Amino acid sequence: MLAKRIIPCLDVTAGRVVKGTNFVGLRDAGDPVEIARRYDDQGADEVTFLDITASSDQRDIILHIIEDCARQVFIPLTVGGGVRKVEDVRRLLNAGADKVSINTAAVTNPDLVAEASAKVGSQCIVVAIDAKQVAPGRWHVFTHGGRNDTGLDAVEWARKVESLGAGEILLTSMDRDGTKNGFDLALTRAVADAVQVPVIASGGVGNLDHLADGVSLGRADAVLAASIFHFGEYTVRQAKEHMAARGIEVRL
Amino acid sequence: MSIAVIDYGMGNLRSVCQALAHVAGDTPVVVTSDPERVAAAERVVFPGQGAMPDCMAELEARGLRQAVLDAAARKPFLGICIGLQMLFEHSEEGDVPGLGIFPGQVRRFPAARMVAADGSRLKVPHMGWNQVWQKPHPLWAGIGDGARFYFVHSYCVHPEDPSLVTGTCEYGVPFTCAVGRANIFAVQFHPEKSARDGLQLLKNFVSWQPAG
Repeated sequence: MLAKRIIPCLDVTAGRVVKGTNFVGLRDAGDPVEIARRYDDQGADEVTFLDITASSDQRDIILHIIEDCARQVFIPLTVGGGVRKVEDVRRLLNAGADKVSINTAAVTNPDLVAEASAKVGSQCIVVAIDAKQVAPGRWHVFTHGGRNDTGLDAVEWARKVESLGAGEILLTSMDRDGTKNGFDLALTRAVADAVQVPVIASGGVGNLDHLADGVSLGRADAVLAASIFHFGEYTVRQAKEHMAARGIEVRL
Repeated sequence: MSIAVIDYGMGNLRSVCQALAHVAGDTPVVVTSDPERVAAAERVVFPGQGAMPDCMAELEARGLRQAVLDAAARKPFLGICIGLQMLFEHSEEGDVPGLGIFPGQVRRFPAARMVAADGSRLKVPHMGWNQVWQKPHPLWAGIGDGARFYFVHSYCVHPEDPSLVTGTCEYGVPFTCAVGRANIFAVQFHPEKSARDGLQLLKNFVSWQPAG
């Protein structure tokens, strides 16, 4: 049976992994390649790098990290952050990424999703959706770290990017991100049920039950978490053993 | 002596090369679209990503069809993903002929049967880690039966000759995920992205001496 995936996410800036709440109070969590290797050893199913570098002159740092990582880590690597053009997608793939995640640029220029997936294949294109609840059972797509309401309905937007060629959706609840209160399960379920492509739940994981809930109640195909792994609270293996104990198929 | 990874412009070959280089020791791994370099290589890896009609068209456009057929006729040859599908006669995807090395068809997962044991809908593409059940073959050495490999695909091969099947998987329906005959071995999953077991398979390939 196909396993549900656990994906540790590494926020990278200036060549280091950092973690903070809503981009405030960033804590240094270490060297990205070293951490990716550790997660691979622990049985991570994929690794996601999110380049949160603000200035464009530091963009090339992530390429070197991906190159290093691709030489040592033999599980799928996804990279996102600052992807604006097909050329950006190509550079990241050429550096050794397997998938590239597009967030804000998908909203401002939906053609990018169509163009990129036509060029490199849907299997390489992830669209990241940052969603915030605006009314019971209704979520909008937000950009700029949750500050800018695009007015787009998150479920409709997920369907739209799927039709444009997104191969996967990385869905982050901006209400939950950094809170450790668990995923927004209603949001996750609404999107997972609306599309054919796999949905990765993100935002809010504080314990291992949250991960299992994302799959069993949120119907996500994969779960993404950062801080619970970075600071040694839990290993990926512990997370998988916990999910297995809850009857979820995982790769152990 | 080298391992040639055939480059016909479809997708990113870096992962395949890195993983091969990781297990190949001193043997050089070359990415090439030059038929002569393919002919000169000791072993050949035939990857493929994206849609099979595009892959076949690019293979023709770059004059690599014959080089692939020649390699598949005599050298240790490893097909990966679309590189497996193209070995067959025909694909439903875009209704195109393949290389026809093996009799059989490439067909999409049957939508009507994409239901999990608990009644939930199975998504296509089949993406992620799934279990591979082996039939005896030297390339499985050191890999447990039922080990998980990383898949991303919407179409599967249906060999006419059941003796070709070297591995099966299940996603809604049972399907063939590895085939082998003489010097050819080909897999639907991505060994280069399948952690330790994937590297073991590649390692087995780089030292494989097919009988005859």
